[in-house]
Amino acid sequence: MTDKYLAAPTRRHLLLTALAGVLPVGFASGDALAHGDHPDNAHAIAPVSTDTLTVVGPWELTGLDPSRAGYIFTRMAVAETLLDIDDAGQLRPALAVRWVVSADKLQWRFTLRSNSRYHDGSPVTPGSVLNALKRAQARPGVLTLADIRNMSTDGNDIVVTLGKRFAPLPYLFTHSTTQVLAPASFDANSNVKTIIGTGPYRITAISLPQQFDVERFDDYAASRPSLKLPTIRRARYLSVSRTETRTLLVQSGQADMAFSLDPPSIRRLQNSPQAQLISAMLPRTTYLKLNAGHRFLNDVRVRQAISLGIERSGIAKALLRDPELGATQLFPPAMRQWHQDSLPPLRTDPLLARQLLHQAGWIAGTDGIRYRLGQRFELKLLTFVDRPELPLIAAAIQEEMRQIGIAVRVVVGNSSDIPAGHRSGSLEMGLTARNFGNLPEPVATLLQDFGADGADWGAMNWSDPQLVAALARLSEEDRHAVQDRALVATTLQRELPVIPIVWYRQTTAVSKRLRGATIDPYERSYRISQLEWAR
Amino acid sequence: MNIVHGDNRAIASLFSALGRRLLQAALVALLVGTLCFFMTRMLPGDMAYRIAAGRYGYDMVTSAAADAVRHELGLDRPLLSALADWWSKLWHLDLGLSQVTGQPVIHEIAEQLVPTLKLSVLALGLSFLIGPTIGLLAGLRPGGWLDRSTLTLSVLLRALPSFLLGLLLVLIFSVQMGALPAAGHDDHGSIMLPALTLALGLAAVSSRVARDAMVSVRSSAYFAFALTKGLTLQQALLHHGIRNVAVPVISYLGVQLVYLIEGVVLVETIFAWPGIGHALVHAIFGRDVPMIQGTALILGLMFVIFNSLIDVICSLIDPRRRS
Repeated sequence: MTDKYLAAPTRRHLLLTALAGVLPVGFASGDALAHGDHPDNAHAIAPVSTDTLTVVGPWELTGLDPSRAGYIFTRMAVAETLLDIDDAGQLRPALAVRWVVSADKLQWRFTLRSNSRYHDGSPVTPGSVLNALKRAQARPGVLTLADIRNMSTDGNDIVVTLGKRFAPLPYLFTHSTTQVLAPASFDANSNVKTIIGTGPYRITAISLPQQFDVERFDDYAASRPSLKLPTIRRARYLSVSRTETRTLLVQSGQADMAFSLDPPSIRRLQNSPQAQLISAMLPRTTYLKLNAGHRFLNDVRVRQAISLGIERSGIAKALLRDPELGATQLFPPAMRQWHQDSLPPLRTDPLLARQLLHQAGWIAGTDGIRYRLGQRFELKLLTFVDRPELPLIAAAIQEEMRQIGIAVRVVVGNSSDIPAGHRSGSLEMGLTARNFGNLPEPVATLLQDFGADGADWGAMNWSDPQLVAALARLSEEDRHAVQDRALVATTLQRELPVIPIVWYRQTTAVSKRLRGATIDPYERSYRISQLEWAR
Repeated sequence: MNIVHGDNRAIASLFSALGRRLLQAALVALLVGTLCFFMTRMLPGDMAYRIAAGRYGYDMVTSAAADAVRHELGLDRPLLSALADWWSKLWHLDLGLSQVTGQPVIHEIAEQLVPTLKLSVLALGLSFLIGPTIGLLAGLRPGGWLDRSTLTLSVLLRALPSFLLGLLLVLIFSVQMGALPAAGHDDHGSIMLPALTLALGLAAVSSRVARDAMVSVRSSAYFAFALTKGLTLQQALLHHGIRNVAVPVISYLGVQLVYLIEGVVLVETIFAWPGIGHALVHAIFGRDVPMIQGTALILGLMFVIFNSLIDVICSLIDPRRRS
């Protein structure tokens, strides 16, 4: 009895001590967190201060290589490319100040800005730029779109030699995968170990895969005397995968800019005392990619019937809460050179759709679905969740197709299922949102999508010799560019290898403590260097 | 001398129990990793395309990028050869490289494990403060207003999915009161809301377990005897009540670990907390097999370790178990 009583308080004491020791671990975490740092970018992330601009978006830093998360470093003004573009899609100088092409259009020369420095203070030399570009060429990215035979330096110039004319070449050097990093950014195996760029902001701390902090790089103005130093001194990018959380971060005042908001979040923020909403149409179109070689879809009348069965303005109004987004043609008005005002708009006419299907031999069965030679008109529609509106639009299309007698089975999977289905030939229909602003000159994207062999995100088992010839002319130097663009738009509207559904509007929440916020229609920049504190 | 012999026996039995747990851990490692391997291979979709989408984003996924990934990672190798390779690496404690970020899995997990452990420990600590305390008080007067209202509250809290509870807490504490950060991981106090979300779900059940245990202790002969011999309620509770209530509450923690681990996966995603659950979700989307195997392995081992700790604590509290 005595032994027991002696032993019991000791054990109880031990347990209580253990519990007391365990609790502070959690409570103390606020100032002790310095985890997640890449070994070569290891800096403790400091608590955010009131003069720090916080940007939240869904995009994670899946690595430091420009081919992976390079676009986030470009958007946060850390890394630059040879050239930049304005809102109208026109080229403007960045690291290169001039660019010229030879008379035979096979040699391009980019003259570098003098006195530019990397964030580590080292000068931007032609050799270091060439090294970064050659690295980009060897990795997934846009440089493979052109037939680049050689890249070299000549004095302060970067010289690019082509095997075949390619007019949009300078636009490839605006893409984030071609961003220029300092030689000290790479390890002995040419892997990126740290981000040392040339932009107006430099990285002070990074915590993969979620967050990095930047501060103003004051030497940036040295090579650009006409430029005013940015007002915002410090900023942070935070990846937050859920749209509800991004909205709440803005509502609670913890975030200053939130990107990629869905319609319910936009409605929540419309009357927020903390934030205002800004929006802009982007060159992005949600469309149905059809396998035009499929035995049900190789008849243009069937593709036209599907298009006539889709109520675009209804989808835009009910699902996107923006009736103006119903697509009347593939190219949205934001693509000023490509949008054709004179083109008869895509419309909804279920009656005509049924007639066209009937003419194509599809007769309505007792279950409301059409049959031809004993075959039921059934199709599988693949889509994905990277853009939250896509599964909803797919469900609307499923119902609208049922009304004209086509049974559609919606499969929501991963974005890569569409190019994989294209490659294997198993894809029937895919719903995707294509970014024609991926490269500011859409010819390079269109050449991929609607070239002779079709492409992962574009046409499948469909091609038109006249359209291919027009795109080829546009990709070289085209004196009849206006007519050729019209020909491309008209052919795609008539043949419908892809069926446009809705255009895209980017809406961003911006804290009321900021002013001067605008949206980059090419999603290349958050424009933090142009922002100012409102008070 | 008898006491010394008794302690030696207890230590020997503790070591044998730990040995069994170690063996269990090794089996869990082998099984979880192998199952993950087959499950990810059986998922629909082409792995090379999935990994390319995870790496480069969907605008940049093309067949060429997928081919480059397939070639780089040797994804066209026979299934069994890839599995044998993983087993052999596991034997050498090498979890391989993440297929999406290219970083060593062990390094990524080490970074993510610390925030997850902090979150889990704080959640357990908070749930322990809230649940059993309320349960004890409710159990002292079964059927009283506290008992009835905590029953309603615990049913409500347990029925709410953790993502909904988390959003409600953010609305109250961040948007309305502006008292705590809504998400993120390095602002002061940003751990509190995710920890509270987990803790409330855990406390909802542990309070009822504690309440039932208290009711049973309260109606036991030894407790009645303690009161009869003249101890006050507080003295009786301290010497004869709490220890007896603690055994079922702590044993039940073992069951609750499943809720905790499942909750961590959801709560970390909602609160953008950079832990292992968040990493697992992203690894599954990106078909990052080494990361899936590694994170599932660590979660499985955490389960074994926590359960072993609970066994040890229970045997410390309850002398009957030691015999």
